[in-house]
Amino acid sequence: MSTDTPKLQLIGLKKRLNNRQVLDGVDLDVAPGQSVVIIGGSGVGKSVTLKCALGLMKPDAGEVRVDGVHVERLKPRARAEQMRKFGMLFQGAALFDSLTIWENIAFRLLYADHTPRAEAKARAIEAMRKVRLAPEFADLRPVELSGGMQKRAGLARAIIAKPDILFFDEPTTGLDPITADAINDLIVDMVKDLGCSAVSITHDMASARKIADEIAMLYGGKIIWRGRPSEIDASGNAFVDQFVSGRAEGPIQAIV
Amino acid sequence: MTPFRQIGHATFAVFRETGRFANFTARAAAACFAPPIYMSQIWRQCLQIGYFSLPVVGLTAVFIGAALALNIYVGGSRFNAESFVPNIVVLGITRELGPVLAGLMLAGRVSAGIAAEIGTMRVTEQIDAMTTLSTDPFRFLIAPRITAATLTLPLLVIVADIIGVMGGYLVATRSLDFNGATYLRNTVDFLEAADVNLGLIKAAVFGFIISVMGAFQGYHSRGGALGVGRATTNAVVGAAVLILAANYLITAVYVD
Repeated sequence: MSTDTPKLQLIGLKKRLNNRQVLDGVDLDVAPGQSVVIIGGSGVGKSVTLKCALGLMKPDAGEVRVDGVHVERLKPRARAEQMRKFGMLFQGAALFDSLTIWENIAFRLLYADHTPRAEAKARAIEAMRKVRLAPEFADLRPVELSGGMQKRAGLARAIIAKPDILFFDEPTTGLDPITADAINDLIVDMVKDLGCSAVSITHDMASARKIADEIAMLYGGKIIWRGRPSEIDASGNAFVDQFVSGRAEGPIQAIV
Repeated sequence: MTPFRQIGHATFAVFRETGRFANFTARAAAACFAPPIYMSQIWRQCLQIGYFSLPVVGLTAVFIGAALALNIYVGGSRFNAESFVPNIVVLGITRELGPVLAGLMLAGRVSAGIAAEIGTMRVTEQIDAMTTLSTDPFRFLIAPRITAATLTLPLLVIVADIIGVMGGYLVATRSLDFNGATYLRNTVDFLEAADVNLGLIKAAVFGFIISVMGAFQGYHSRGGALGVGRATTNAVVGAAVLILAANYLITAVYVD
């Protein structure tokens, strides 16, 4: 495989939901080791883009390529193998209520890789240490943890199998600024530590500036701007300017 | 919208939903036999569905058996046929009331529980999380529930049959002046293996219906708490209607 091959490619993704064209030709490349953050207002299709990339939603048109391979064309077993390259931190952490924290973190090891429980627990606790979650929480249930701790547990679950691509869905939503900053630091550390690519979606500009190598703005079903965080304040794009400054007046109509 | 269009829309919706349910049922049934088979999950569901349903099934059976004995005594006395109480009680319980009432009680307890649990997992993205962790929700979540319900409902019905007959026995010997030994001998002599078999076949089918309907409604629930509530209601109503329809069909086939 050429080193120039993007880790993840979204080519002309289209998706219509509830009689609304949510994605209308989304194109995005993510290079190996690169962290791309997709920004955009509520309801512009950021989560739909992520779900299409992950294979959780089937696009109406377009392609998702991982390491140059068209994922849709793969047979189920090969697609399941592709899924092993992914790690995902969901917006609400999406921890399984019926399992303990360590079982949540080691879920892939226990139920997909059939790793012995003792080994899986040891690896789960190692992952907890990496995300700075104390091992004494290992035997608690998700409901007994705070929102920030749940995010850490979700992050530990995402990184335990050393994925090639990490996805983050609104990683700082619902957290106080200090906890949000700590989660941002963790994300940067984990991506560097694993040497993986990362795709995040957020509307939190502080988070985007911190974790992104490049920021892409989604609007009207397309990526309308892409650049480095240092360039975003002088993007020259009226949509981006309005979003970054957080003004209600401008070309983007606020949905109230 | 004109009345004709409304009828057309409703008709298409029925066919669409029926097709979706048939497709889901086939996929779920296939998942029960396709490895990996999660034995720990099956065992856990056997406890949840079978063992913890014993009180409700037992109580239902004892009261139905008792009421049945009283009604048959009143009806039979009009033809001087009071002595047939044990025969008709055991026939009614094993062939019809045991499996149907156990099925309906479990439609309320188990189908609703499965719909609520899987529905909550759906709306909190836990099912999506499971997919990203290389674990098929059909094999991990749905197949164990179907296997457990299909295996444990016949066992529950055996218990219901015994308790139901004992309910009739108690009323007959305490209130209706039947001799205990004669009552039991008439019950055992009259009962054929075919009567019990019919009840067990029905129970296995009802167990399948209850679990599939709960899983189907939960898996497709949308829209937060409202959607989960709707899924739960639909699961109970759908399972109850299908149980009664299947009961007639199985009886008709068996009688022929």
